[in-house]
Amino acid sequence: MVAEKPSKKLFAVKLRVWRQAGPSAPGAFVEYSLNTVNPDMSFLEMLDVLNDDLTMKGEEPVAFAHDCREGICGTCSCTINGKPHGPGQGVATCQVYMRAYRDGDVITIEPFRAKAFPIIKDLVVDRSAFDKIQQAGGYITARAGSAPDANAIPVPKGDADLAMDAAQCIGCGACVAACKNASAMLFVAAKVGHLGVLPQGQAERDRRVLAMVSTMDSLGFGSCTNQYECSAACPKLISHDFIARMNRDYMGASFRQMFKAEAASTGGGAG
Amino acid sequence: MATLDSKIPAGPLAEKWRKHKVDMKLVNPANKRKYEVIVVGAGLAGASAASSLADLGYKVKNFVFHDSPRRAHSIAAQGGINAAKNYQNDGDSVYRLFYDTLKGGDYRAREANVHRLAEVSVNIIDQCAALGVPFAREYGGLLANRSFGGAQVSRTFYARGQTGQQLLLGAYSSLSRTVGQGLVELHTHSEMLDLVVVDGHAKGIIVRDLITGAITRHSADAVILATGGYGNVFNLATYARGSNTTAIWRAYKRGACFANPCYTQIHPTCIPVSGDYQSKLTLMSESLRNDGRIWVPKKKEDRLKKPSEIPEADRDYYLERIYPSFGNLCPRDVASRAAKRMCDEGRGVGESGLGVYLDFADAINRLGENGVRERYGNLFDIYHEITAESAYKQPMRIYPAVHYTMGGLWVDYNLMSNVPGLFVLGEANFSDHGANRLGASALMQGLADGYFVIPYTIGDYLAGQKPGSRPSTDRAEFKQAEENVSSMNKRFLASKGKEPVSHFHKRLGKIMWEHCGMARTKASLEEALKLIPALREEFHANVKVPGSADTLNQSLEQAGRVADFIELGELLCRDALTREESCGGHFREEHQWPDGECKRDDEKFAHVAAWEFQGDGKTPLRNTEPLNYEFTKMSVRSYK
Repeated sequence: MVAEKPSKKLFAVKLRVWRQAGPSAPGAFVEYSLNTVNPDMSFLEMLDVLNDDLTMKGEEPVAFAHDCREGICGTCSCTINGKPHGPGQGVATCQVYMRAYRDGDVITIEPFRAKAFPIIKDLVVDRSAFDKIQQAGGYITARAGSAPDANAIPVPKGDADLAMDAAQCIGCGACVAACKNASAMLFVAAKVGHLGVLPQGQAERDRRVLAMVSTMDSLGFGSCTNQYECSAACPKLISHDFIARMNRDYMGASFRQMFKAEAASTGGGAG
Repeated sequence: MATLDSKIPAGPLAEKWRKHKVDMKLVNPANKRKYEVIVVGAGLAGASAASSLADLGYKVKNFVFHDSPRRAHSIAAQGGINAAKNYQNDGDSVYRLFYDTLKGGDYRAREANVHRLAEVSVNIIDQCAALGVPFAREYGGLLANRSFGGAQVSRTFYARGQTGQQLLLGAYSSLSRTVGQGLVELHTHSEMLDLVVVDGHAKGIIVRDLITGAITRHSADAVILATGGYGNVFNLATYARGSNTTAIWRAYKRGACFANPCYTQIHPTCIPVSGDYQSKLTLMSESLRNDGRIWVPKKKEDRLKKPSEIPEADRDYYLERIYPSFGNLCPRDVASRAAKRMCDEGRGVGESGLGVYLDFADAINRLGENGVRERYGNLFDIYHEITAESAYKQPMRIYPAVHYTMGGLWVDYNLMSNVPGLFVLGEANFSDHGANRLGASALMQGLADGYFVIPYTIGDYLAGQKPGSRPSTDRAEFKQAEENVSSMNKRFLASKGKEPVSHFHKRLGKIMWEHCGMARTKASLEEALKLIPALREEFHANVKVPGSADTLNQSLEQAGRVADFIELGELLCRDALTREESCGGHFREEHQWPDGECKRDDEKFAHVAAWEFQGDGKTPLRNTEPLNYEFTKMSVRSYK
């Protein structure tokens, strides 16, 4: 009853894959040929096929990070032909399909590169620095059980939409990998923007931006020089406008903190 | 034989939880910090539990196999979360959400659990809004709702098509706060590989660090598993590739009963399979069924025609035809089986014949392309990436795929398994969805368990444990469990086989889908029960696991997980074979009404089947917990 699917025309690619046995081991590109690429395969499925081939040959497969394979968990993290997450726009590595390539293409695959993201093995990097930034202040403190009715605090639709634009960040680190300074400004700005736009986020707004930025600085991320490669590489296309917004927030918070400190040191001023 | 006391509190349905909260024992604040609780998993249930318990004052250790807790697969849930807020003034209430969920589960869940879920649903929305979850809003700033599969009221809260992501990031933000405050000790890249039971109580776990390969012992006063579902037993599913059954399976092998493994949910709206290399299936949120109309050609010979060339009169909008009152919004199991029937009749679309159309032409006429984009833009984008087709121009092709597992470790009303001290939350337990889960209920259950149930019920257990009495990790039980883990890894690495782990996973998935998928028969299940043990033997004899144990080794991780899936697959088929009825996601062809709907057998099967491990190679024991419907009448589920 069910028709056999006519097989698509398979094609061949040459892969140059970064192989590195461990964090302190030297790494190098290793070439592999793959002759059975189906245009409907995802990029990661292509790597699965490579890995099964390697395993059957008795070689160690390429370690690469992946999980949901639908562009939302932020685990996958390959730089493909020099571009974090590869040729698409607004997609993660797992959403790249082999129909983007042609027979005979050479594809260079390397890990996201940044000082703050040390390589663990092959294409897998350590992005725990992102978690540390979140732990420093990327939250609204609200213990379970203490919340008021959800409709008690109306949020204008425009603000909620703007917050959502920023909140979509999947924490993959492509912004860092794309930046020549390996800056994490877009990542931090997305969280600061998301929570700072909402009325619920106001109480901790100053504290949040100061803590997150200082933690970012301490973890070895570079500075922002406003070239916006980050937004271009972002799988969720988060706008660099959030960086401007964060800079404003940061400046305001710094001034307020300075005056508070001054007021405290002079015994609260003239009173 | 395990004792299965559901511990459902006495009294009227709506009073049970309130009364139970008063009756439970408390741990005094000064003593809370003397107790250590292990939480495995950091999805909605795990992250919300870990942060809530830390805020109460318990010392919490959280273990995740991901590189960050934000990666847990709750992140991928698209559509929304139910809550009985009745903000839409359309007749919703706690009772109605309770009733819909119970009925949706085909009367195979506990009344008391489901009612509690509906009660706390309203608190979840408050909590998430307070955490800054950017739910969709009306222009006046108040929360927006939509209706969702299987519901006749608009009670679903959502954040574009990324509700799971936003709820998870909310829970992750609280978890991050508590980690930053030093209240939670977070272990990433850490996979639980065994449960340690001391004097009959769960008192620790054995963990492998996935980067260094180090195996460590951790003791605690209580262990919480919030490790998600086991749908990857089918290999192709909407789950993340890393989702696995290992934590709950190994707990099962330490004595925790596994309840209703055969209750698996097949989601009707997924992108069809395209080839052998495929690693996962992608869900198209069923919120699409609010505006999309599902059809197949009336005539087989139109199957491969372009949809635009099939005139209206030759289309069969079969859900609207068969289920006029629910139409395209009928529950998932009903919609999935209907799609299968259409394809079995030879009217399936797409090259493989395993697909039906989900058509937005009417919605685009009504709302305009931008109106549709605003509601579903990201889903249409995902569809386009995967298929290179635009759903604005032609209908989507969809087909059912495994999406959720209602079964899981057996727990009582306190979410404690039959092993005292072992609690199981979220999809990993069996408790609230019966034989079928309604849309937008998984997020609700995960957060209910973590934010609003476990913070109360764990105290009732811990109050009976002497502070500071948790066992030392030097005890024999820890040593034995650690050796169990190390020797398993050694065996895999020493295997002289030829085939990669993935081949066995694919073969298992095929057996499961063909013999124990959308429709099951006695014969197909008996066949599967021959094939799976054979596959298991072949796996252990012929698997090839390259590399070593003291480094990141993804093949080794997968080998352990697939070994567990093979064993679980066998139990799942055994459960499906024993349950001689059809209910919800479990459809036995021998038990159906003339119109093809599920025919339950309430006399024989109004119970939970909780399987108890008896040793490797031995037939597990089937315990039962009767389901008593005191407050509702078990009726035949009809969506016509």
